[in-house]
Amino acid sequence: MLGKLTWEAVPTNEPIALVTVLVVLLVIGSVLAWITIKGHWTYLWKEWITSVDHKRVGVMYFLLGFVMLLRGFADAIMMRTHQAMALGGPDAGYLVPDHFNQIFSAHGTIMIFFTAMPFMVGLMNYVVPLQIGARDVAYPTLNSVSFWITAAGVALVNLSLGLGVYSRAGWLVYPPLSGLQFSPDVGVDYHLWALQISGIGTLMSGVNLVATIFKMRAPGMTLTRMPIFCWTSLASNLLIVAAFPILTATFAMLLLDRYLGFHFFTNDAGGNAMMYVNLIWAWGHPEVYILILPAFGIFSEVIATFSGKPLFGYRSMIAATMVICVLSFMVWLHHFFTMGGGANVNAFFGIMTMIISVPTGVKVFNWLFTMYGGRVRFTAPVLWTVGFMITFVIGGMTGVMLAIPPNDFVLHNSLFLIAHFHNVIIGGVVFGALAGYMYWFPKAFGFKLHDGWGKASFWLWCIGFYVAFMPLYALGFMGMTRRMQHYDNPAWQPWLVVAMFGAVLIFLGILCLVAQLVVSIRRREALVDATGDPWDGRSLEWITTSPPPSFNFTVLPDVRGEEAYWGIKQAALEARQLDGPPRYEPIHMPRNSPTGFFTAFFAVVFGFAMIWHIWWLAILALAGAFAGFVVFAWRDEDEYEIPATEVAAYDARRRAVRQDVLARAGVKA
Amino acid sequence: MSVAATSHGARSVDARHGTDELAHKRIVVGYGFWVFLLSDFIMFAGFFAAYAVLKDATAGGPGARELFDIGNVAVETLCLLLSSFTCGMAALAVSVRSRIWTQVWLLATGLLGLAFFALEMREFHELIEAGNGPQRSAFLSAFFTLVGCHGAHIAVGGLWLGTMMAQFWFKGFNETLIRRFLCFSLFWHALDIVWVAIFTIVYLMGAAG
Repeated sequence: MLGKLTWEAVPTNEPIALVTVLVVLLVIGSVLAWITIKGHWTYLWKEWITSVDHKRVGVMYFLLGFVMLLRGFADAIMMRTHQAMALGGPDAGYLVPDHFNQIFSAHGTIMIFFTAMPFMVGLMNYVVPLQIGARDVAYPTLNSVSFWITAAGVALVNLSLGLGVYSRAGWLVYPPLSGLQFSPDVGVDYHLWALQISGIGTLMSGVNLVATIFKMRAPGMTLTRMPIFCWTSLASNLLIVAAFPILTATFAMLLLDRYLGFHFFTNDAGGNAMMYVNLIWAWGHPEVYILILPAFGIFSEVIATFSGKPLFGYRSMIAATMVICVLSFMVWLHHFFTMGGGANVNAFFGIMTMIISVPTGVKVFNWLFTMYGGRVRFTAPVLWTVGFMITFVIGGMTGVMLAIPPNDFVLHNSLFLIAHFHNVIIGGVVFGALAGYMYWFPKAFGFKLHDGWGKASFWLWCIGFYVAFMPLYALGFMGMTRRMQHYDNPAWQPWLVVAMFGAVLIFLGILCLVAQLVVSIRRREALVDATGDPWDGRSLEWITTSPPPSFNFTVLPDVRGEEAYWGIKQAALEARQLDGPPRYEPIHMPRNSPTGFFTAFFAVVFGFAMIWHIWWLAILALAGAFAGFVVFAWRDEDEYEIPATEVAAYDARRRAVRQDVLARAGVKA
Repeated sequence: MSVAATSHGARSVDARHGTDELAHKRIVVGYGFWVFLLSDFIMFAGFFAAYAVLKDATAGGPGARELFDIGNVAVETLCLLLSSFTCGMAALAVSVRSRIWTQVWLLATGLLGLAFFALEMREFHELIEAGNGPQRSAFLSAFFTLVGCHGAHIAVGGLWLGTMMAQFWFKGFNETLIRRFLCFSLFWHALDIVWVAIFTIVYLMGAAG
């Protein structure tokens, strides 16, 4: 009846897991209770859960990423504290081998798929339609479905905490270790189903944003007038469309091996585990660019705005972005030089890897030249950007070291590698996400984040990163490999203790982020952004109110050049007045839809049933999902109308504020 | 449903810009569906790559030459190509808003798809009965997965087709349904393209040894 699911699945003999589960349940329970007592359910259901507004969906993605950052970081600090005291045998430290293996697997999975991805997809969702002057993404309901399916994957990963175990085969679950023979329990199945399900969400969101950028731009917004963040988002989403299906196919093969006794990657009957490694990195290398390219876009926006100058080398930035987009598919083999592809194959991929660092170098110089001669305002987003430029260059250079095959034979799977990719992911993706968060937060909520707490967070994150990961470079040279539950070389321990201290600094940085949010909400009156343009911005998201209305723009902006809003703003300042009021028309917006929520519900049930071999429930879930789709497809009214008078009234208030700003600017001039 | 002037999907028809640079909702949806189909092709490419790597990994068992019945595959191919033709006829029936002929041609499409699916399942069944199931060797794993993935797409397409026939029957021709039908025909023809690749690479090249 319940497949493999029994009471044994509850981790009653693992105190750490059990306590965590109880705490998590307590937190979730109290949040739900608070919502119920305050009577917020109707609001949540109407305004958020069923919302198809790209801005709401974007905020929910980011929030999801932030919650999972806490979970992923909890794994990280457990590993760092454990390794700092794990000198000796398997009994050293406080994590048993089985638990330690689950923790490093969960850490990687959560940080890449459920922290970094939601951060970036959330920011792209929020900002891209605003920057290209659109009312929403191309397919708003699908967008909500994408988010909820991603959340379904998150739910499955977290269920493994309290029911059964998680994968012990690392975040990329290489066979044959991840095959049925060596991983017979549900751990790998949790991993595979969670990622298959959330992968569909990611793919759909990629299709959506590609179509949005190509088909929904405002009149006059040609491709080479788009802000650079839209270009890097385009590249990133093209990569999602081109790379995620490979992941789906690869995991499907591994699932067939595990569930139906196929022989894709098994040791016997002709299976080829090396094929898995090739396939997974054919997805995996583009994936790192999926994450970093939007971050490059964020830094470009931030640095241009706060330097008060147009981005240096706009066209070269586009070229560099698209070159990275293409080349990212030609370097995958550098993840396994040691597998034995031969000298010529290794040389080719080594050289390709060095070449892909060239366009990135172009970008770094463009950012530097943007700052050069500018009147740079050192706000928190700028600190993240400058911190990124320094940190990422170091990470890039260690990457080029790893790209030299003979070097790689020494450094492969050592802590040097771990230090390298944390160097580029924390210094690039995380700094980028946080820069974007502090930069666009006033747009989303109508008040700025407290700058001081943001700066404190930056310094703790940045210094914490160096203290935590520079020792890992050294340990890599000293021969320490990754994923060690214990070790017997006493020379390593001091370095690991230092690294642990660095992780504590990062923890303080995360606390500062929380404090920043709390302080800013409490002081939102003082931090209010009345103008909709708190940073003297250059792109279209700053032309509308903060937060923007559901329809984003009362009339679609008329774009006449690069830096669309900057041009309009300068013209208005020069003429000392706004353009005459436009002709308002009724606006049609998509209706809310619970489709996403129900799809995610059935996806969780289906995934759970497959993981525990509860076949009848899996069939039931699929039938339910199909029924849901039919109901959705049968609806008649999918849009509602906002009358022109309402639009006009909204814009009248908006124009009064802008007129006021203009008058004050005139006085200053 | 008329596509209103400032619907979120179709951009504002602004006097200064005219309508030519503004995308119609039908075009936006069709475009996105194409992008999705391209991603689907890439998934198939993954299975094709696996098949290419594993096609000689027969583990002492039979290979493509011994197993595949080209006659059966020829009939399957015929069914599928014909179903693309009937799907095209259905598109014509939709464009002249003929309720009856739409149903007839869609039904024909569905039946041909079903015939294809049944023949494929028979082939699978016979292989498995003879002890040559996907568990036999890596080659057969790759074969069953690649061809079965296409078959699963046909099955999903059949469900979609049935739903759409019911909608056309009960709701008539509205813009949303016509748009979805456009996507369906793209999907159905795309599956033909994949099948042509399977037919060539798996069956013809397999028979040639």
